[in-house]
Amino acid sequence: MSTMEKLPLSIDHIPESKRSVYDADPILSARDILITFGRVVGLNGVDLDLYRGEVLAVIGDNGAGKSTLIKCLTGAYVPDSGTIQLEGKPVHFRRPQDAREAGIETVYQQLAVIPALDIASNLYLAREERRPGPLGSVLRMLDKKGMKERAGKSVQDLGIQTIQNMGQAVETLSGGQRQAVAVARAAAFGSNVVVLDEPTAALGVKESGMVLDMVKQLRDNGKAVILISHNMPHVWEAADRIHIQRLGGCAGVITPQSHDMGEGVAIMTGATTLES
Amino acid sequence: MQRIQHLLHGYPWLSPLFLLVLTFIFFSILNPRFASPNAQSLLLQQVAVIAALAIGQTLVILTAGIDLSVGAITILSMMVMATLAADNGVPGGLAILIGVMLGVGAGFLNGILVTRVGLPPFIVTLGTLSIFTAIALLYSGGSSIQNNRMPAIMNVTGESFSVGPFRLTVGVVMVLVMYAVVGFALSQTAWGRHVYAVGDDAESARLSGIGSKRVLLSVYTVAGLLYGLAAWIQIGRAGSATANGIPDANLDSITAVVIGGTSLFGGRGGVMGSLLGAIIVGSFTLGLSLAGVDQQWRLFAIGVLVIVAVSVDQWIRKVKG
Repeated sequence: MSTMEKLPLSIDHIPESKRSVYDADPILSARDILITFGRVVGLNGVDLDLYRGEVLAVIGDNGAGKSTLIKCLTGAYVPDSGTIQLEGKPVHFRRPQDAREAGIETVYQQLAVIPALDIASNLYLAREERRPGPLGSVLRMLDKKGMKERAGKSVQDLGIQTIQNMGQAVETLSGGQRQAVAVARAAAFGSNVVVLDEPTAALGVKESGMVLDMVKQLRDNGKAVILISHNMPHVWEAADRIHIQRLGGCAGVITPQSHDMGEGVAIMTGATTLES
Repeated sequence: MQRIQHLLHGYPWLSPLFLLVLTFIFFSILNPRFASPNAQSLLLQQVAVIAALAIGQTLVILTAGIDLSVGAITILSMMVMATLAADNGVPGGLAILIGVMLGVGAGFLNGILVTRVGLPPFIVTLGTLSIFTAIALLYSGGSSIQNNRMPAIMNVTGESFSVGPFRLTVGVVMVLVMYAVVGFALSQTAWGRHVYAVGDDAESARLSGIGSKRVLLSVYTVAGLLYGLAAWIQIGRAGSATANGIPDANLDSITAVVIGGTSLFGGRGGVMGSLLGAIIVGSFTLGLSLAGVDQQWRLFAIGVLVIVAVSVDQWIRKVKG
């Protein structure tokens, strides 16, 4: 299979229990992604494969191109060249809305939740559901009850116990709970891919643990997850594979089993290189 | 104390309701006539126009903006509809329609300047305040038009009828209907949610997929529509169209909104509070005059109320889970 050849890592490094995930074709597959900003090369031809049911971490130093890569995959940037395939079909995202419509949801670092609105309203923001019948079609009334119920289910699916009342304003929640709301929204609508940008950056130990559990739950629910993080212990805890960005290119893809954290950081900083 | 904070956070109209009850009791003690159906009917008629303007002002303030051109748009709309009907022989209904549409257009212009040119609402409406006032004065020549020169339909908003011991006017009923419609749109439709979202955190709203600029443009346009309707109500209430007919429109409408519990920082509050706020402001005017107190105390009291209301808002915003 052509997509597997490009992986600089053999299937032997994937734990046996997870191998079935990689038998299927990748859900998202990027080839030779190139983007420049004036004279600065943002990405110099990067490949990336993402499978359903895995957490793919993207790590890299500041300026290594991890945000740029993610922005190319989620429609925030349009690459100069290269191809992106979603479920085997080529896609061309011109704006974030395109990627979202294709089932790729992004949880931004700044979360994009509205503090004054309640949890259910935030989950369904810009995707509100109306009541059936003329109340919905003529008066455009929202189906508040239905959205609350479904929001409750979305949050439960992620195994979050600490949030019970969907009518609670988001500003009354802790940082981790807010993150949970943002992730639940992405999970509810990201039918294909959920991208999490530094989800634990602003959180304490306990809350980070909760968010990482949520990330794993997301994967176990069958989503393809991209996790961008600076925090190596978090990456090694939650990721199935780790894509290392360096100087605008991919320095390799490893797994937490094949390399330890020190080796990962060494590749990331250029102290060692992966033999091909 | 925390429970009160939570309660006020969940129900922003509670504090103006409490204040209104206090105001009512206070002025009823000063002069028992204040509590009479006659006085209360008069109060409603007096506050109708400001209450109508406060709806549009609420929408704009909910998006973290401010509209200083409320009075100017209303005056422009009013002078045009009155002049068309009185001097140019345009039928009353059509004159009203043109006047109201002019309000819509003026609001739309504010919205375009805010969203497309990207100027702060304060600056935009400060500019259009002068522009619209100047146009209104130039167009009307600064003269006032008495209602006997206008067709009956233009004065219909001032016509009164009895409901039990109270006397309401068509204008008062119109204002209540406007509140019901906008209140419904804000609390029950997706558009309402988006207005709050854009006002609370415009960037997050955009990232969530809300067309923030379109929402803002719609808010300024709807506000213009409401100001246009308020112009019609003002003609009926005053019995004439005068370019300096509502001198305190800006301050009073903003005061009503702020006392009503809508946050000047956007994203919090609602129209029902503004209705209560407008009635509170009106109660001070009527109550102090019934008590025979110098009207300057009204200005004093309202100044205090605004500062207290914004302080309470700051406190409520610090609510914790």
